[in-house]
Amino acid sequence: MKTGSILEKILASGDLAITSECGPPRGSDANKVREKAEMLRGYVDGVNVTDNQTAMVRMSSLSACILLKQMGLNPILQMVTRDRNRLAMQSDILGAYAHGIETMLCLSGDHPHFGDHPMAASVHDIDSIQLIQMVKDMRDEEKFQGGEKIDGAPKMFIGAAANPFADPFELRVARLAKKVKAGVDFIQTQCIYNLDKFEKWMEGVRDRGLHEKVYILAGITPMKSVGMARYMKNKVPGMDVPDEVVKRLSGVPKDKQADEGIKICLETIERLKNVEGVRGFHLMAIEWEQKVPEIVERAGLLPRPGLTAENQ
Amino acid sequence: MEKFEPVIVAYCCHYCAYTAADMAGSMRLHYPPNIKIIRVPCSGKVDAIHILKALEKGADGVYVAGCLEGDCHFKNGNTKASHRVDYVKKLLDEIGMGGERVEMFEMSAGMGERFVQTTTEFTEKIRKLGPNPAKVALKKQRAAS
Amino acid sequence: MITAERKPMDELIRCVRPYRSILLVGCNECVTVCAAGGRKEVGVLASALKMHFMKEGKPLEIQEVTLERQCDPEYVEELVPNIDQVDAVLSMACGCGVQEVARRFHNKPVFPAVNTKFMGSAERQGVWAERCQGCGDCVLGITGGICPVARCSKKLFNGPCGGSTNGKCEVDPSIDCAWQLIWDRLKTLGLLELYEENLPAKDWRPGGGMGPRRIIREDMAT
Repeated sequence: MKTGSILEKILASGDLAITSECGPPRGSDANKVREKAEMLRGYVDGVNVTDNQTAMVRMSSLSACILLKQMGLNPILQMVTRDRNRLAMQSDILGAYAHGIETMLCLSGDHPHFGDHPMAASVHDIDSIQLIQMVKDMRDEEKFQGGEKIDGAPKMFIGAAANPFADPFELRVARLAKKVKAGVDFIQTQCIYNLDKFEKWMEGVRDRGLHEKVYILAGITPMKSVGMARYMKNKVPGMDVPDEVVKRLSGVPKDKQADEGIKICLETIERLKNVEGVRGFHLMAIEWEQKVPEIVERAGLLPRPGLTAENQ
Repeated sequence: MEKFEPVIVAYCCHYCAYTAADMAGSMRLHYPPNIKIIRVPCSGKVDAIHILKALEKGADGVYVAGCLEGDCHFKNGNTKASHRVDYVKKLLDEIGMGGERVEMFEMSAGMGERFVQTTTEFTEKIRKLGPNPAKVALKKQRAAS
Repeated sequence: MITAERKPMDELIRCVRPYRSILLVGCNECVTVCAAGGRKEVGVLASALKMHFMKEGKPLEIQEVTLERQCDPEYVEELVPNIDQVDAVLSMACGCGVQEVARRFHNKPVFPAVNTKFMGSAERQGVWAERCQGCGDCVLGITGGICPVARCSKKLFNGPCGGSTNGKCEVDPSIDCAWQLIWDRLKTLGLLELYEENLPAKDWRPGGGMGPRRIIREDMAT
């Protein structure tokens, strides 16, 4: 074990792990964080807390993680390289660990163009792969990026994102190889609708033995309606929604579409359970967090190991 | 009050527009004497500075006449001229001179009547617009001093 | 070349309004190539400004000079005969040239006529695109000749990011994803193993941020 991370424990034991997401509010009301996170208690092993997602200012991931920690949940700190230089990032990582946060996700971050401050300067002092390397060196070499020794090194379980659906496909496998080389411990993928393509990517991943070097959590997002399916198909970059999915949802009356969406989601999970190299699921129920408990239960993934900081 | 007679400078390409003007002449068609024709080998020879200098020196309107789309003797000189005329129109709007004082026309060598028509219409348009405001102001200033 | 674009006319008009005579100086290098401040553009701007101020009843005298370049003091010196005859200087050179003129003629108001944009090259006639940001530590040899600093919207050294779609940048579908280009080029060159090397965190110091950078050639400096 490299860290004390609960997520690492579960993955190392060979069990399927489940993570979900909690997006902090666009304001300073801590209760909004608590309410959202409470819905997930007992159903997931870790909760990603996003970092100014889609380049919109939100309560910081670090502070929301601390709130989750205080609730006895297991937060996963997301950190984008867009908003902080290496000093600030290392500083926040030390602070996170001081609060008992032991798992983090290293990302580049959406361009400010998409958010509420398109006029802001991006930082990108380092990129996501250099961040992975930096966090790994902080943990294993116990050194700052600048080379000096750290007094009390943070032992972070390091994650990153992967998108198996963007073209060209061989580039996506090579990029995962780069992240593995940099020292990533686990990966959460973009949400999966095109299972054939995902399985093809996994084949490429397995060909290179990467599935044995990194824990891969398959991304899952349930469709709420055919409108959502169409939007994600046409308007969201890097998303692959096959026509069959859209057809299936449109073939069902409006009030039944949500149920059909959950059905598709559960079928996806079942199929993915049998894909070699998939070590768990990352449930991103955007604007539908209350469905996570139902999905986890109906997918036969209960009970969760129930590991918290208290009962480890 | 003397009637305002516009001074129009017309850059006409040798192969088409100028020949059309010649044709109008041999057909004994009457076109306004306000126009001062400058023959150029191709409308693409005309650059922004030529149009601006004409106006600076007191022309009330300027047009560039070239071959019909696709017929330019030099392939796409007329297209280049057209883009430059658009550029000058925009610039003239920005300095408050009025982009309408400049136009691009296209015609073939045999279109004597078209030459007469465009020249007549353009002259009348400029007559309605009034004299070149820079020229007017300069005259006023010189009269005062 | 260093690219630039002429400032909007209303801004230029406001800037020269207080003066009765100006020296309009063009530059025969970069701004000529990108059609922003060469001899042609000097002529066009002079004519436009003259007409505008004639119209206002306050004629503006303009002397037009185009120097070989404005970033070398030897050439700027050529303005000496004209300088005393004018109230102000309007320079169509890039920021480097404007500053050199201002430095030499520190008693004369000197104004920029163009907005300096970026270092770039011509994609086709009339279209110039950014290619270099002067990061001071060129990696073009290992990125197949495509710059990740100037051409990647996030300056990634280990791209592409998750937003790269169909070879285009997430910010604007007309922008090529630099890392897609790098991947394609390295593939063509048979050098894909370079892609899998993780480039370490960059030392940004050679790229500036510690005051104006300088180059001193010991063998040439006086």
